[in-house]
Amino acid sequence: MQSQSYIIEKPINKSDLWRDKKPLLDHLDIELTERCNNNCIHCCINIPANDMDAKQKELSTEEVKKILLEAISLGCISVRFTGGEPLLREDFEELYIFARKSGLRVLIFTNATLITPYLAELFSKIPPLVKIGITVYGMKESSYEAVTRVPGSFKAFRNGVGLLLEKKVPFTVRGALLPQNIDEMDELENWASTIPWMEGSFSEYVMFFKLRSGRKDDIKNESIKGLRLKPEEGSRILSRGNDYVEGMKEFCHQFMRPLGDKLFLCGARCKGCVDAYGYFKLCLSLRDPACMHSLKKSSLKDGLINFLPKLYKIQAVNPEYLRRCARCFLKVFCEQCPANSWAEHGTLDTPVEYFCDITHAQARFLGLVREREKAWEVRQWKTRLGKFLKGGIYE
Amino acid sequence: MSKEISLNAKYVSSENVVARDVQGELIIIPITSGVGVQEDEIFTMNETGRAIWDKLDGKRPLKNVIEDLSAEFEGKFEDIQKDVLGITNELLKKKMIVEA
Repeated sequence: MQSQSYIIEKPINKSDLWRDKKPLLDHLDIELTERCNNNCIHCCINIPANDMDAKQKELSTEEVKKILLEAISLGCISVRFTGGEPLLREDFEELYIFARKSGLRVLIFTNATLITPYLAELFSKIPPLVKIGITVYGMKESSYEAVTRVPGSFKAFRNGVGLLLEKKVPFTVRGALLPQNIDEMDELENWASTIPWMEGSFSEYVMFFKLRSGRKDDIKNESIKGLRLKPEEGSRILSRGNDYVEGMKEFCHQFMRPLGDKLFLCGARCKGCVDAYGYFKLCLSLRDPACMHSLKKSSLKDGLINFLPKLYKIQAVNPEYLRRCARCFLKVFCEQCPANSWAEHGTLDTPVEYFCDITHAQARFLGLVREREKAWEVRQWKTRLGKFLKGGIYE
Repeated sequence: MSKEISLNAKYVSSENVVARDVQGELIIIPITSGVGVQEDEIFTMNETGRAIWDKLDGKRPLKNVIEDLSAEFEGKFEDIQKDVLGITNELLKKKMIVEA
């Protein structure tokens, strides 16, 4: 026995809690529903809130609890409840309390419109232990509701945020950047800087929109494509922060290199996702049925031990992917991935031009590639990287 | 030594926290507000804390906890008693245990 400090406090996001003995699963994302009370023009997933067919197919309360308990038995300590709009679930409160009392930290992704005084009080008394994540669609009623297409949603959002502030429930905000609200960035950032838990900074925008999950709606997909920022404009916004270049240097120094023909590179080991209907997968965006593992027929453990490793072995066969993406030294900051490839093209290994263009726009800004140059054609990429790391802008 | 702590008292983990053993590491996760300082804080324990925590089962008084630990671990009885009272005090302050 020895005398010293007995209890070690760990802000877990910054901790080395597991060191070299990570559990099989330490975080689980659960999409509680694909339904949403908003009808956002850019959204890849929102099914109408009153879609009874979708509702009936969703995991039941007991099925979600069973998954949570298995996750806990595998070492999981945090869960994200997302959607759709997770607060639409009538059993949200029950699931939240169950998760927290079972020893899970709970991250909630929400539009905040359904936060009631009761829920704010609940989050105050039984804190999620992770800041609630709120997406903002505009700073004015007109812009907000031009995106959500639901009258009254702006007022409901401000009300929900107000309740959380009143009860001192920590939350952060991120902006969905669309033509309808792009002129309100300063206003959003100024407001965000007043939120105590944002620590005075705001940098997260959703702006490179994904196509509809499940490849179900060609008309909506065309509409989403029309809302996407031009790559140069997206790059300009990404690079606005004072620490952008320094941050990119650090990132590039650690990770930048061609990554070859393996398709699943996201490195989300010890993590997993479950969709609204009980399919376990590597990420929530991944909707290819061949990449989903039913938890109604099997277990999380089976998914983690036997199913996911098979995904990690999948190699690209598309000659275009092999010619471009597999040899591209920018691959690590490109959103090209099997999920986005499947959403756009119905295959796991087809280059997505939009994400490629964004990546090249960023690389041009950083001086890593020249005008009209393609990164996979740059043989001396290490020299480019070295110059970038030393001096900043190339040439 | 805190005046609140009696060697005859029995202590048990409170409903304010959930203690979990993950990969051999004891982690204590706050359930209600006011346990941690930061909103994203969880707790682990050092080896000494873990050994003591495991014996705070609400069934045996602290004096028995100290005797049991003295039988299991090398060290002076006084040092072990100091550790047990120290951690009990700390756990009470953090609302992690209650008197059974």
